[in-house]
Order: sequence, then C-alpha cells, then structure tokens
Amino acid sequence: MSASPPRPSLRSRLESAQTTVTSEVGPPRGADPEVIRRKVEALRGWVDAVNITDSQSAHVRLSNWAGSILALAAGVEPVMQVTCRDRNRIALQSDLLSAAALGIPNVLLMTGDHPRFGDHPDAKPVFDLDSVQLVWTARTMRDEGRLLSGRKLDPPPSWLIGAVENPFAPPAGFRAARLGKKIAAGAEFVQTQFVFDVPAFARWMAEVRELGLDARCKVLAGVGPVRSLRALEYMRSNVPGLWIPDEVGHRLRGVPPGRVADEGMAICAEIIQQVLQIPGVSGVHVMAPGFERGIPEILARAGLARAGVGSDHAY
Amino acid sequence: MNAAGGRGARSIAAWPRPVRPRLPAWLPYRIQGLLAPNGGYRRLARWLEGSRARYRIFAATEQKVKNELFGCRMCGQCTLPVTGYACPMTCPKQLRNGPCGGVGQDGSCEVYPELRCVWLEACERAEDHGRAADLHLLQRPIDQRGWGQSSWVNYWDGRDDGLWATGAASAIRDDRPAAQV
Repeated sequence: MSASPPRPSLRSRLESAQTTVTSEVGPPRGADPEVIRRKVEALRGWVDAVNITDSQSAHVRLSNWAGSILALAAGVEPVMQVTCRDRNRIALQSDLLSAAALGIPNVLLMTGDHPRFGDHPDAKPVFDLDSVQLVWTARTMRDEGRLLSGRKLDPPPSWLIGAVENPFAPPAGFRAARLGKKIAAGAEFVQTQFVFDVPAFARWMAEVRELGLDARCKVLAGVGPVRSLRALEYMRSNVPGLWIPDEVGHRLRGVPPGRVADEGMAICAEIIQQVLQIPGVSGVHVMAPGFERGIPEILARAGLARAGVGSDHAY
Repeated sequence: MNAAGGRGARSIAAWPRPVRPRLPAWLPYRIQGLLAPNGGYRRLARWLEGSRARYRIFAATEQKVKNELFGCRMCGQCTLPVTGYACPMTCPKQLRNGPCGGVGQDGSCEVYPELRCVWLEACERAEDHGRAADLHLLQRPIDQRGWGQSSWVNYWDGRDDGLWATGAASAIRDDRPAAQV
C-alpha cells in the first residue's frame, strides 16, 4: 500500500460543511489490476471517495474488496459496495469484517440486481438478508460489537455505513420513508439513483426533510452523463429503476451528432449545480461507467474543481 | 404453476414471483383478531406438535389456503398482517422491508416486468386501510430453518414474537440527537 489518501476521509468531509463528491469505479472482467489503478488515479484529488462495485448488474467482475484494496493503493479512499445477491449472512458478515481488517473505511450496503439479467442467469439468487437487514447487521457489528448470532467481535469494525435509495421508483409516497427505515437501521449516508429529473428529486428531498432525515443522514445525489443517443436508449430500457424524462432526450437530439457527448456532460454539470442548491443535499455521487476519465471535466464544469488538483488534466 | 399472471396459487418449490393477493385486504384485517393467540390456540398448537401426522395435515391445509389466497410459500414466519396482506416472500428478492429500487415507472417488477411489484400491492393495501405505519417496522432477518413450518402454530406458540422490531428501534422519525457521521 503506497500512498495514503491525499484528501480528508469521506467521514470528515461529510461532517464538514463542504460539498462532498464521490464517484464509482467498476472492477474489470479480467485479472489486470492496472485497470482499476488507472481509473482511480484519474479521480485522485477530485473526489473524496470512490465506490467499488460488487459485480455490478449481476455480471462477474473482480471482487468488491480486492477492488477496494487496489483503490486504496492508488491513493483514493474506497467505498466498498456490498449486495445481498450472492452471499448469505455468514459470507456477508465475514466480508464486512474483512473489509474493516483491510483498512476499507466505508461500506455501501444494498440489495443488488437480480441475476436474471446478468451474465449468469442460471445462478442461485441468495437474498438471505435484504438491504435494510444488512444495514442493521453492519450497525450491530460495529456499535454493539456482535454478530447476528450474538457472538462477540473483538475488536469490532469501524466503517462508515452507507445505503442507496431510488427517489423516482414507485411507490412515490414510500421512498423517503424507506430511506427512513435504512437510517433507523444504521445508515449514515445515502447515495441516490441517477438524478435526471431535478423537480422530482426536489420533491423527494422535501419529504426527506419533512421526516427530519437529512439531519440524521448525509444525502449524495447520484448523477452521470449520457454519452450518446444509443446510451440513452440503453439506459432507459435496460437499467432497472432509472428514470430519464423526455427533456434530456430532446436536448441530446437537438445538437449535431458530434456534440451529443459534450451536451451530455453539460447536462450533467447543470444537474450537479441544481441539486447542490436543494436544502439537505450534502454532495454528489458521479457515475460514469467506462468514462471515469471524463469525471474531472464534469466536476470542473460544475464548479467543483479543487485547489491543487487538475493541473495534469487536459483542458 | 401460474406463469402468465401474478394472481393465485403457485408451486411453492418454484422460485418466487410476485403474486397479487386474491383476497381483498379488508377481510383479513377485519378477521385477523380471530387468529390471535390465546389459551385455546396454544393448546391446539401443542396438540398439533404432539404428532407428526397431525402437524403435517394442519400445515398442508394452511399451505393450501394461504397459497391460494396470497401465493404463500410457507416461510413459516408470516408477515402478512403488517404488509397489507400481500406476501413479500413472493418478491423475487424476498425483500421484507419494502420494495427494491428497480420498480418500473409503470409499477412493474424489475425481475418479471410482466408482473406488478408485490410491494406496490402491499403499500396500497396497507395505506388504504390506515395501516401505512406497519410498513415502517424493521423486519428482522428470517430464520431459514422455518421453511415448511406452520406459521399459525409458530404464531400461537409465540415463536414469531421477534419478527419485527417495535419501539425506538423501528422509528423512522426520532428525537435522538442527529447522527454523528
């Protein structure tokens, strides 16, 4: 493990009044650690932490914890994503303990996509725990120093516990309450599904504030660029729970074909600026699978460039 | 097996698919008190557990009835009374604490888009009957050894008591100091 993270940790950034920025790196399908190192290094200095996904979309990739260690080694603090899809409660608790022992300071706990649409649809879906129960399990391990079985942990882990929520999926009236369940179970920060519909996100945030949840949990709005019209169609029809209003398509179709990617980045930067104006939003979580190298430019356009970084980026 | 729709009985051996309850929610809400544990039911539970044959006949009857009405898969830890009498164990991810983030804008299940999310059923039925607060309860992990058991017997015997947290641990709104991140 060479460099330590150059920025304040995610925990201290969230505690501060400053805008928090997290991003996401999907591990490769292959045994080359360079892929993660390269993607993570492009983000170093720009983000407070980088999520390492857990075989995202139920496609087999290098593991979440191995990816997190590679991110640590590349100098960016990881947020290890853990899904309930592939592991029962024994394996989940074991992996969570391992993450703590390996110095992974943040975990993000979620249900996960069903294997049916992954690259192994013949796999057994596990779902021994659900996401709320997994958050609860992690909190019990950390704060009570116990496993679900009641056995003592010595010493207990100390990670920051995160969760996810989709403000746009039905039932609309239950989505803020569902975040409330995760917070009651122990979630300290939440990253949302991609925000393309800012007014709908603002309505959800109003409910979050009404329940007093923003005082108990930091909210990071999920954002990301649409890179092409094909990507737009793919995201609309293949990504579960993703809501992209028609205006986004109108804008992307309204520019010459060569400028669609740039327009997508412009939209993303605008959305970042808009969500950061909403009371209770602590920051953004930028997702650009396969385009991690473009994230600094999006952040710079949104006015989130940080002093002392970015000089080595080509714009 | 009912492959086309989300309504009615299915093999409990098949992997879960959302089932739209056949019974309108007002009926079980109205009669749920009839099954509440009491001395008589506890004696009945002990009598049933005293003989493997009696228990099996009783559990098979429970399965038949609840599978027909709710798509029951006999997890043995029934949560129907606090999920609007729509069974979360028919969710392909078997979520006990509410819907996943993959519900389509049209209310379709992420895994079986031709079927409606069972948690939408649960939320609507609970809200329609003034029971929305039930959905805020934190549902503990189930005991996977309970599959095939009679949840009625477990209920009468008090083995179900810890299924969901009550009190402060379940409050989505609380007055404790703000969480220190």
